[in-house]
Amino acid sequence: MAIQQWNEGTRVGSSTGDRRRDALTWNDRSDGRWSPQRSRRTLPGERLAPALGWFSVGLGVAQLVAPGWLSNLIGVQDSDDTRTLQRVVGVRELMAGVGIFTAERPERWLWARVAGDVMDLVLLGAAFNARHADRSRVAMATASVVGVTALDLYTALQLNQQGSDGRRTSRRPEMLTTKSVVVNREPDEVYAFWHDFTNFPRFMIHLDAVRDLGGGRSHWQAKGPGGKAIEWDAELTHDRPNELIGWRSLPGADIDNEGSVRFERAPGGRGTLVRVNLRYDPPAGALGKAVATLMNTEPGQQVSDDLRRFKQVLETGEVMRSDASIHLTPHPARPPERPVPFEPFYEATTATRPAVRSEAPSAAWASDEPANESTSTTSTGTTAPSTAGSRGGAR
Amino acid sequence: MRAVCWEGKRTIKVETVPDPKILNRRDAIVKITSTAICGSDLHLYNGFIPSMEKGDILGHEFMGEVVEVGPMIDNLKVGDRVVVPFPIACGNCWSCQQELYASCENSNPNAWMAEKLMGHSPSGLFGYSHMLGGFAGGQAEYARVPFADVGPIKVPNGLSDEQVLFLSDIFPTGYMGAEMCDIKPGDTIAVWGCGPVGQFAIASAYLLGAERVIAIDRFPYRLRMARENAGAETINYEETDVYDTLMEMTGGRGPDACIDAVGTEAHTPGAAYFYDRIKQATMMESDRPFALREAIMACRNGGTVSVIGVYGGLIDKFPMGSVMNRGLTIRSGQCHAQRYMKPLLEHIQAGRIDPSFVITHRMPLEEAPGGYNTFVNKEDDCVKIVLKP
Repeated sequence: MAIQQWNEGTRVGSSTGDRRRDALTWNDRSDGRWSPQRSRRTLPGERLAPALGWFSVGLGVAQLVAPGWLSNLIGVQDSDDTRTLQRVVGVRELMAGVGIFTAERPERWLWARVAGDVMDLVLLGAAFNARHADRSRVAMATASVVGVTALDLYTALQLNQQGSDGRRTSRRPEMLTTKSVVVNREPDEVYAFWHDFTNFPRFMIHLDAVRDLGGGRSHWQAKGPGGKAIEWDAELTHDRPNELIGWRSLPGADIDNEGSVRFERAPGGRGTLVRVNLRYDPPAGALGKAVATLMNTEPGQQVSDDLRRFKQVLETGEVMRSDASIHLTPHPARPPERPVPFEPFYEATTATRPAVRSEAPSAAWASDEPANESTSTTSTGTTAPSTAGSRGGAR
Repeated sequence: MRAVCWEGKRTIKVETVPDPKILNRRDAIVKITSTAICGSDLHLYNGFIPSMEKGDILGHEFMGEVVEVGPMIDNLKVGDRVVVPFPIACGNCWSCQQELYASCENSNPNAWMAEKLMGHSPSGLFGYSHMLGGFAGGQAEYARVPFADVGPIKVPNGLSDEQVLFLSDIFPTGYMGAEMCDIKPGDTIAVWGCGPVGQFAIASAYLLGAERVIAIDRFPYRLRMARENAGAETINYEETDVYDTLMEMTGGRGPDACIDAVGTEAHTPGAAYFYDRIKQATMMESDRPFALREAIMACRNGGTVSVIGVYGGLIDKFPMGSVMNRGLTIRSGQCHAQRYMKPLLEHIQAGRIDPSFVITHRMPLEEAPGGYNTFVNKEDDCVKIVLKP
């Protein structure tokens, strides 16, 4: 399959960086390679949270599995009551640990840890005054808990801060994606087809129309949710014939977006490697949500599918249809009730004729001995098939 | 029109559905005169191939008369008699230009589904799940044939339907299975499975220069066909141990190449069958690879294992240590049928082979559900069923 998911750069994340500058940097990279690993200041609290999560899990497991041993370690007398208490606290620790790893907003579970720490300190205070307690061990345990409490508090505050930053600057995650495809046509032909933006609705199924406004500007119209159109104007930012095309939306767009596409001659004369970088910045609110749904849970998939159709148009003239694929939803593979109108046909400028073998039969079959009369002791006694040899190099 | 539809696991019905339409400019519509039930259709019937929808039209072995052509078709005209190959291939992509038609890069509109399961997508196929395109199949009165300028081959009127129908799949598939063995004069080839594809693999192995072909199955009537029509020596795996017998027959060296013409629903006597059958039923693996395991273990050092039986997904207990340490070559593939149709047609025309020898049953399209039942249960010495719409 020629869709190469090489350097798959799909990434969804909330960003606090300067997106405009990032996008330009990516477009201006002279080597044409764009790394989706974008820098964002990582707060120390974000690195600490997983460590505290693991600490919770470890402690919780120890309390559940070996409550007596743990009581002894912290200098509390081992009894049925303390074992029960250890197990209850163990369950709380496990919940907090799992919560930190799985919750959408882990800072809530860090605050739960802080509350738990306070509870532990109260319990340890009570233990200090108990009759059979080993005071020095209880004191050590208390000191440890105080230390962990400080870490929990620090991490929770930092995550709170980061969460509110994120909400302020980008309410919905920005979508970045890099996809590529090999098209069995020359770069100049592939470039020419892409350069005419009005061709886009032929292979991007969510686009209704693209209108050329002249001067490198164009107007885009996409199918929105519930029949509502999403529209924007875009301008050409880069145009290097047969190599690179870049575009971005103009202020006031329903969806802030930009992209670039590069055309490289594929190795071995095997057509053109087309590599697309896209950035979408869906707005907040219902529209953003709808766009995210439109783009699938995996935003790169839509781009992959569009590129596959792009390849179909350039190589075969049309988007390939099957009895099921003409329907938007799952549908049995049986003919439609009514005829389906054609899309425009693309006439290739560098023609490739359909390849069908026209060779003579292989030498091995030159014998006139009927196949179903051959027996285990007779061989047709001919050479290896010539056709197999000639194809060997192609595999 | 009437068409054979998949209604769920082990449920087949003949229904009235809309007639096919030209959906792309390079399509043709064929009025089907003969169509066949393939062993691989039984994998669909038994529910082992994912992504089937209730109501899908089955069938990928068919031929007939052209009744309509799309505006870009100039090689065919209404009235032409054609056989249609089962893989759908565009002829324009790099894979097609390498004659790897069953790997066509453009013919599967649902390629993303296949990519999820297999990493990359093969070509679209007629009537063979949505993962492989969602194309209506050819067990019907009419069928839409995409890329009609690439796939269908015109057949002369002097030949009967039954002589040329199997150019659509099983004859080229068996031939490719033998061709992948890279047979040298004097070679011994073992073929697992004496269904229709196995029969053609045996015949093709001889015709490509094999000195000895040993066929393995459990049904006496299929083994008899392999002996009498295709000329093989035979092993019934329910009566003797296959590995021991093959070693005895080959002086301990093993066959030079082994062909797996069985695929995902293999059987084996003993506990191993139940082990893999249970794993398959509980979805811990999707295929039962007994024949493949046995073929690998039996093959001589440095030999070739050629896999033309259909597998759908995952196998386990795969003897990779045997493959690696003994330098085996594994070759496989859905048949690039377009590559073989013309040369094989010439052999039929020259009278070197008459592929109709595998046909045991002929019935009208309306009786297809009973036909599937007969075929899947191997009743009535069934090898190949031809349906007449």
